[in-house]
Amino acid sequence: MTTTTLDRPDTSVAEKPATRRRPRRIALGVTLVLLSVVFVLPLVLMVSTSFKSVQEANSLTFTLLPQQPTTAAYAEILGNDRLPVLRWLGNSLLTAVLHSALVVVVATTAAYALARLHLPFRNALLGVVLATMFVPGVIFLIPHFLIVNQLGWLNSYASLVVPSAAGAFGVVLVRQFFAGIDPAFEEAARIDGANAWQVFRRIMVPLALPAIATLAVLAFLSSWNDFLWPVFVLFSTDMLTLPAGLAQLQGEYASRYDLLMAGAVIASVPVLAVFVFAQRYVIEGVSQGGVKG
Amino acid sequence: MTAVSSTELSRSRRDSNPRLRRSSPWTSLAFLAPFLVIFTVFVIVPVASAVWASLHRWSLGLPGTPWVGAANYAELFAGSTVTSVEFWKGMRATGIFTALSAPLLIALPLGLAMLLHRRFPGRTFFRALYFAPYVLGVAVTGLLWRYLLDRQLGPVNQILGLDVAWTTTLPAGWVSLVVATLWWTIGFNSVIYLAALQDVPKELYEAAKVDGAGPLRRFTAITLPGITRVLQFVVAITIIASANMYGQSALITQEQPGSDTRTAIGYIAETGIQGFDIGASSAMSMILAVTLMLLSGIVVLGFRKLGGDDR
Repeated sequence: MTTTTLDRPDTSVAEKPATRRRPRRIALGVTLVLLSVVFVLPLVLMVSTSFKSVQEANSLTFTLLPQQPTTAAYAEILGNDRLPVLRWLGNSLLTAVLHSALVVVVATTAAYALARLHLPFRNALLGVVLATMFVPGVIFLIPHFLIVNQLGWLNSYASLVVPSAAGAFGVVLVRQFFAGIDPAFEEAARIDGANAWQVFRRIMVPLALPAIATLAVLAFLSSWNDFLWPVFVLFSTDMLTLPAGLAQLQGEYASRYDLLMAGAVIASVPVLAVFVFAQRYVIEGVSQGGVKG
Repeated sequence: MTAVSSTELSRSRRDSNPRLRRSSPWTSLAFLAPFLVIFTVFVIVPVASAVWASLHRWSLGLPGTPWVGAANYAELFAGSTVTSVEFWKGMRATGIFTALSAPLLIALPLGLAMLLHRRFPGRTFFRALYFAPYVLGVAVTGLLWRYLLDRQLGPVNQILGLDVAWTTTLPAGWVSLVVATLWWTIGFNSVIYLAALQDVPKELYEAAKVDGAGPLRRFTAITLPGITRVLQFVVAITIIASANMYGQSALITQEQPGSDTRTAIGYIAETGIQGFDIGASSAMSMILAVTLMLLSGIVVLGFRKLGGDDR
């Protein structure tokens, strides 16, 4: 409020800004609400169509809400053993969590060594790690396929969890955070007889939790969203992740939009539920990744 | 800066104190081992083998993997084989999609972030709302927009009373891909911008207001310079993300019409993984990667020229 008084020092200081502000605020509110309606409409239609009958979903006239709501599409999709949507959901969740955990473990331990421990060629190694961040991901596609094939990992969870965990981003992010922590904390612990592992576990990791949470969230999301890789390296129906499975669903049902939307809803509900619950951490994670990265 | 100098300080202190002997290299190695193993296997070896494979003929049904020098590249650049024609078609699709989508994905989220930056009730709610599609993933987004844009059964044509073949013709197909991508990812870049906007000192805006600067002037003189670093980051990651587009064209346009919306990375995966033509697909990856690195370089240089004063 002090800002507006500074703004107009000469005229009726208290009143004018307030009256000038109200219409602007209303305009802002209306804009946001309208934008949001347009933005949310696709999701409303997704849910609505999933409760339509085949006939209504295939109708040429638009209905916002189902005229005779039915769960037939859900029954059909969940009853189809050849397209196990729930299993795909489980695969996606499991691999995303494992991937995220692996990234966190591997990146924090390496980041600690690179930030604090004595090591010959430490800076050279850090330079190599940093340099790989500028290599476009497409380079890795074919080699990863060959290596995963070589390891006998095609069509396995490991192919989804491990290769993408080798990226430098996490190490760089956490190392930067470690480097900013006052060494006095560690020295105090060392004098008390703590070894490197104890310092890492009891001091560094707890202090770096914000950066680690950011990393965990970003790793989870990137695994959850990954499409091209699972589509190409998974081939048995039981192993598919949700994105790859939904693609197969689309191939199978072409324009049975009641079924496709039911599949999309089943795929959305768990992750939206988690998002509503953990929204703050997810958003903070992404924005921190941007500011620090 | 303070962190660095205090590290330096403690280092000299540590060296003089026998109880603070620096840890042995073996300890460091133990900490590094898990990362080093997967970093070597899945980053170093792949970069080397991508280069190696692109210089060899390596495909299904061929006995060895003979060295062919730059022949894979030469074939692609000559554009005389089916593979090379299809590859450049894919590069073209990637280029068109990136040119159409990246500017919007950079500009619109900034506008949205500036709206969300103001104080009003329910701000957190709106922020979460716009971010939500991102967590749904590309597959849900693809299925959903395939439905919305269906020529006969889709709500878009039904509501607007149109008869546009959004998913099977061009240029409508590009509009579909860009709009769906925008809907899916607008919240991601917005959230990054929003964090940056919060770091721009408010006093600057007030000083500018006192000096009589209008909204546009405040935007160009304070907002943009204040978020240069983050803007550069967003530009770089957005170009790379757009150039890696695959899921949207696999699900929404299903690479139609013909294979005009099949992107370069889609064709590389098809050639290499399904067709097992490792040599050619590796050469394609290198060409796409070098193109992207050049683009990123241009972005960095462009920003250095623009905002050289902020460091």
